[in-house]
Amino acid sequence: MDWTAVRLSLQLAASTTAILLVIGLPLAYWLATTRRRGRAAIETLVALPLVLPPTVLGFYVLMATAPGSVPGDLYQRLTGGVLPFSFQGILLGSVLYNLPFAVRPFAAAFARVDRRLIEASWCLGASRVQTFRRVALPLAWPGILGGMILAFAHTIGEFGVVLMVGGSIPGVTRTLSIAIYDDVQALDYAAAGEAALLLVMFSFAVLAPCPFGRPA
Amino acid sequence: MSIAAASDLKFALDDIVLAFERQHPDISVGVTYGASGMFFAQLLSRAPFDLFLSADVEYPRKLVEQGQAEKTTEFLYAIGHLVVWVPQSSPLDVDALGIRTVIDPAVRRVAIANPRHAPYGRAAEAALKSLKVYDAVQDRLVFGESVAQAAQFVSSAAADAGIIALSLALSPPLRDTGRFWRVPADAHPPLEQGGVILSWARDRAAAEEVRRFMTGAAGRAILERYGFTLER
Repeated sequence: MDWTAVRLSLQLAASTTAILLVIGLPLAYWLATTRRRGRAAIETLVALPLVLPPTVLGFYVLMATAPGSVPGDLYQRLTGGVLPFSFQGILLGSVLYNLPFAVRPFAAAFARVDRRLIEASWCLGASRVQTFRRVALPLAWPGILGGMILAFAHTIGEFGVVLMVGGSIPGVTRTLSIAIYDDVQALDYAAAGEAALLLVMFSFAVLAPCPFGRPA
Repeated sequence: MSIAAASDLKFALDDIVLAFERQHPDISVGVTYGASGMFFAQLLSRAPFDLFLSADVEYPRKLVEQGQAEKTTEFLYAIGHLVVWVPQSSPLDVDALGIRTVIDPAVRRVAIANPRHAPYGRAAEAALKSLKVYDAVQDRLVFGESVAQAAQFVSSAAADAGIIALSLALSPPLRDTGRFWRVPADAHPPLEQGGVILSWARDRAAAEEVRRFMTGAAGRAILERYGFTLER
């Protein structure tokens, strides 16, 4: 078993989930509570990776982050590194790709929170941030957990984006799903089979307790 | 009829197919490009191709050994060559530096095809070793799943230099956008590129016609334009 790849995949999934929690929660809360114009457009943008082929996203990330591009040069000036072929590069692709898998369940969970409770909190003098932290978040918690599990599991299985921007470097960008692809091409079916079985068991274990797709 | 072709043949084979179809309007040829190793794995499961053009003679040979193709249909169609390629905008003088381009301090990432399953990747790795720069370059290597992806990595400037197929360096998209240095042929085992007609070919006659055209004068002329020779 390629434990370096297993560790890398777990690391990528954990980092992706953590980042999505930080940016996804406020975004989802905004989507669930706002009545402003533009909400539909943002919602569509967030959902885009659901239908976009991962290769399209990978292609854009690669083009947008290569040295010589504006974001690529900016990143190089700030950090001294380059995004393609780095862990940060596949992390960026992974966060973008998993946006809907986290934000949509988050937003659905917030939308299910009784609006009267939120308004009551405001009337009792709590600020928007306090209301978010002390009323909306605890009530929406099961849905948020579901979104986190989904984003985590989906990152473990991610392939196309990582293939496009990763470059298959052991310990840096060769995740488990890339390692399986390499193994199959190198006709090492034993190694591919082991890793594939591990992923099947993992997916089952993750989805079994997940509220996703179950009637509420 | 359908062909599974090594990705270094993209462009050269496109031209060959065009010329072939002009001569044989009754035969339509579809080509799928990819890594030879991937096709080999798929062909072991009887992927529905008629003709397999590998970047390596080993894969067709193994298909014959395992009874997926007949010995008589195996053929050698070209010897491939390697180049060190840098984008036009690169400050590196690839002509003067030669193989030392890849160990220049300005180079962070060097793209090659994955040596585990791509013949061009194996040749690139062998050349880096025999030219004694492998240890210095090892940490900079990034791997494309085929030599075409390695070329794409460097042409998009995501990698600073690449060791790719001469045939790709001479292709229209790369010809004017970069500079290259030819890796000496004796620095790596020869990239003997072979093909084979699969035993389950639906249109055997058409597959044989394509093979004859490709190894004939017209096909050879096109292959040579893309740097494929028959001698080392």
